[in-house]
Amino acid sequence: MSHDLLVWLAILGMAAGCFGWKILGLSVPAGVLERPWVRRGAALLPVALLAALTAVQTLTTDSGQLTVDARLAGLAAAGVALLLRAPFLVVVGAAVAVTALLRLTGIA
Amino acid sequence: MTVCESPTRPRRAVLRDSLGVGIAVGVSGVAFGGTAVAGGLSVAQAGVLSLLAFTGASQFALVAAVAAGGNPLPGAVGALLLGSRNALYGLRVGPLLGLTRTRQRLAAAQFVIDETTAVTLAQPDRRSARLGFSATAATLFVLWNATTLAGAVGATALGDPSRYGLDVAGPACFLALLVPQLRGARERYWVAGVAVVLALATSPYLPSGVPILLATPAVPLVLLAGRRPDRGAPVAAQGSGEEVR
Repeated sequence: MSHDLLVWLAILGMAAGCFGWKILGLSVPAGVLERPWVRRGAALLPVALLAALTAVQTLTTDSGQLTVDARLAGLAAAGVALLLRAPFLVVVGAAVAVTALLRLTGIA
Repeated sequence: MTVCESPTRPRRAVLRDSLGVGIAVGVSGVAFGGTAVAGGLSVAQAGVLSLLAFTGASQFALVAAVAAGGNPLPGAVGALLLGSRNALYGLRVGPLLGLTRTRQRLAAAQFVIDETTAVTLAQPDRRSARLGFSATAATLFVLWNATTLAGAVGATALGDPSRYGLDVAGPACFLALLVPQLRGARERYWVAGVAVVLALATSPYLPSGVPILLATPAVPLVLLAGRRPDRGAPVAAQGSGEEVR
């Protein structure tokens, strides 16, 4: 199976699954998913996934080896923007700009 | 923020909330479109993803898995898990909107995401809730899809995307989504920390996407650790909901 076809499969599968989650929430009687441990676990799951994604995408190479490069400085810039309560697009823009600048100047 | 006991809110106030959120977040599709193309998706794939998935964090997660090469399917599973919170949103939004028919649910479902939920929950009555939900959904959906295409086409025209630092747009988005979720309970910091360690430790040895999935046991690990006898700990006292604090 070609890589492009796999990507399309992943896209369509995820889209269908995402819609499934949404319709599930609107269809299930309240109370089934309202149990405290389900709510708590479901609130924590995105925290785990987002933290892992942030770390892996900032600190590993394409082959998964750990590395430190300009991306970490970019992420730090995003962190500062977040502390200053900047809007979403400014946070991303700051990260991209710092990373690009460091690469352009050959610093990292 | 809400006018607490008033029977209905002026339409204008509801629309102001809705447009504010919809526009501010909708334009971020530019970052997604750019990141998607930088990660190896075609313009069409980026566009279809925004149209059909319409869940920012999950979309970025899938793009990350594709960008890392190899099989994107484990990445799709991680992205799908990230979308699970929308089910919980639906539980809360559904009763507020008073959706009784299956057809109404099907029409509304695609738009049950972080932003529409936030606006809907902030309204004091059903009419305002419905207006806030629809207006936020419409603004966000149109803008997110339009700016995804703009970002994707723009990034295609730019050439080598990592020169422009676009490879850091994904992680910056995840950080922006993560930080607000950390507030409120110490166990969230623990979950984030354990997840990072699990994912980084396994990343050199496993195909892309799998280490992200292996970070999810951080949730039961931390919950079980928090259940142990030290009763005075803030983790144990925290209870269930995000809003409890």
